[in-house]
Amino acid sequence: MVHIKRLQEGGADIISVIGEIDASSSIELDLAIAKSVGEGFKQILVDCSALEYISSAGLGVFMSYIEELKDKNIPMVLFGMKEKVANTFSILGLAELLHIATTKPEAKKLADELSV
Amino acid sequence: MKTKAITRLLFLGSILAWLVLVFSDITVLYSEIRQLPPGVPKWLPSVMLNIFILCLFYYYRYQIEKDESLSFTDLLWKVFATGLIATVVSLVFRLGEFLIGTTRLASHPLFKDLIYQINLALFLSFLLSAYTSWKRLILYQKSKWLIRIWLVFELCLFLALWYDSIQITVSSTASTIIIVIIALLVIVLSANMRWVAYLNFKQKWTSLLLLMLSFFYLGYFLFTVNSISAFINSIDPAFQDFGSHIFNVCLLCFVLVYSIFSFLVILFNLPTSSVFEQKLEEVVNFQRISQSIQTEQNEESVYNILLESSVSAVFADAAWLEIESASNGSKFFTYKITELESQQIRNHLKQHHVKGALDQSSDKTKNLSKYLASLKGSRFRSLIAFPIVVKGETIGTLALLKELPEGFNKEMMRIVSNFANQAGISIENFRLMEQAFQTERYKEELKIAKTVQKSLLPTKLESDPDFEISAFAQSADEVGGDYYDTLRINEHQVALIIADVSGKGTTAAFHMSQMKGIFHSLAQQELEPKEFMARANRALAFCLERGSFISATYFIVDTKIKTIRYSRAGHCPVLYYKASEKKTAYLKDKGTALGMVRSRDYTRLVENNELQYEPGDVMVLYTDGITEAKNKKNEEFDYHRLEAALQEVAEKSSREIEKNIIQRLYEFSGTSLINDDYTSMIIKFR
Repeated sequence: MVHIKRLQEGGADIISVIGEIDASSSIELDLAIAKSVGEGFKQILVDCSALEYISSAGLGVFMSYIEELKDKNIPMVLFGMKEKVANTFSILGLAELLHIATTKPEAKKLADELSV
Repeated sequence: MKTKAITRLLFLGSILAWLVLVFSDITVLYSEIRQLPPGVPKWLPSVMLNIFILCLFYYYRYQIEKDESLSFTDLLWKVFATGLIATVVSLVFRLGEFLIGTTRLASHPLFKDLIYQINLALFLSFLLSAYTSWKRLILYQKSKWLIRIWLVFELCLFLALWYDSIQITVSSTASTIIIVIIALLVIVLSANMRWVAYLNFKQKWTSLLLLMLSFFYLGYFLFTVNSISAFINSIDPAFQDFGSHIFNVCLLCFVLVYSIFSFLVILFNLPTSSVFEQKLEEVVNFQRISQSIQTEQNEESVYNILLESSVSAVFADAAWLEIESASNGSKFFTYKITELESQQIRNHLKQHHVKGALDQSSDKTKNLSKYLASLKGSRFRSLIAFPIVVKGETIGTLALLKELPEGFNKEMMRIVSNFANQAGISIENFRLMEQAFQTERYKEELKIAKTVQKSLLPTKLESDPDFEISAFAQSADEVGGDYYDTLRINEHQVALIIADVSGKGTTAAFHMSQMKGIFHSLAQQELEPKEFMARANRALAFCLERGSFISATYFIVDTKIKTIRYSRAGHCPVLYYKASEKKTAYLKDKGTALGMVRSRDYTRLVENNELQYEPGDVMVLYTDGITEAKNKKNEEFDYHRLEAALQEVAEKSSREIEKNIIQRLYEFSGTSLINDDYTSMIIKFR
């Protein structure tokens, strides 16, 4: 089960992902990102500090937005990942494709740099 | 066949009895007139009459009572037909008499007696046929008591029949008592009129007509028989008047009273019969709606039946039914109204901001007639709308229209809203059935996918003097996408692959088969592992849908120079046991899964790796099903437990290592129930 919260801070949309993302709950994540993009936010920050587990389907959701976000010039930065979750990202080689930061200020900074 | 023979026999018996009756009666009368001792016993005629009556009674019993196919009007028709034949025959004789004129023969008592007997026989047969028919009508809805009363009544009639013929008139009070008892029974029995309610309007009119004609026959025969007997009596006072027998009188009374009761009940039921019919039709329509799903297997037919039934239930002048569905747009069913006209009405209501059921935001029945008054040019003055609710969601609206103002009463609204509810239930059932069917098909598909997936895994793995391979794959109920395979490239090179397709089900099995195709075609080209991945990615980029990918590791084991060259594309890191150091470790390298990046940039994201192997080294390839297997405490099996499981038996054969890993995995998870795919391939060098 996953719980997704969105709040806006300084022009960035912060999506907090709480719980576990598996094949069925990945749809919610997909929806949240799609909404965020659709509402025209210039930066998307994904708070993964409460993310306990992510399955390949969940990773697929992040992956599927890489190119779209690149085209639209919207930086998406993930931050606050637990070690185990970070490991999943790195095994699949997503760490190279996604922007990952440790803390929220860092993430914001990274997003600002990328926006330029 | 048997009953047919019996009926014929009974009919013949009655004719014979009647002939004997006529002969004996005339003989008795003749001898009376001539003051001679009678040639036949005086009791013979009345006994013969009884036999005649009994034969006819049983004849009709077989003819009418046992025939299940007769309806109420058929019964009345039978009575009417018997009466008609009897009357016509009687009239023919009257005509004959008239033609003979006032000759001596015509006024001769013996001739008159013959005519009397003929008329009496016809009259009795008419009465008996009516009696049998009435019996069926009375006993249409029988109760224990009713059957008992009827039996008593029949017994009384039987006693009366023989009382008449014994010729010992006990006293007039005795016969009066019998008559009174029978009369009471007749009245009690005549109260049983339930069948009338089942007649429709037309049938009621037919019944009235038939009954009226039956009255006429009764009157005619009563008059004829009485006048002839009076005539004969005036010549010869000793003449036996059978017409005044208690049985005959009782029978006549019964038939007459029940006929009159029926006639009156039907007559007074006429005005309400349309209500009964309406109710009956409602029940039938209700049934149609609820059963339409089983028979028609179509949602549209439910809508059509709903529309028809509602219109006929409330005598609506027009109606429409609008069904809104997200998947295939809105459907529109109309009855005696054009879509344009209904559109006008709806637009008009919209302009007046009527929040009714018509805009599908309300779940209540609404009487919208008052808003129609302001719509110019519309012929309708009454409008009610009903929502059609399926699973708590309004899926459509039923609108009924009338040209009369105030055309719908509460009762009508209730009926239609029942119809609408039932239709909703039917549609819900239909959808549930459809869903169950869909699920069943999905299960079947999964079964196929599972067999496909199994058949994609190799049955035999490559072997070499330098290494041995063993592999196992266990899959959960769902179809997973784990794949492993081996292929000999040349004498000293063998290609190995392990892959995991994201997602589950048929698509996973489908992607797995693509991966197998890619492996078998690319491996033969002796490509470097990195190049293999790059080409595989290019091939898959356009096959995989958004969000799905394949993680894989590809190896080339070269036995000539004792190297393993490999490239990892997002797959779980390789667990390697170095025999010389007696240590296990996960190989560190980088690589992105296949299908994640669709451009040529992908080459940057994978790398070539190479290591030397020595005899005794072990390489464990696995999918995340193993490291992510959970125990009851929700802990994962994880990398360190896998490492430990290898360490324990690293010196043993690949088969033993495999066994140990499986055993440790099951021990850890605490059940033998699999809820994920476990796949592993173990390569032991020697």
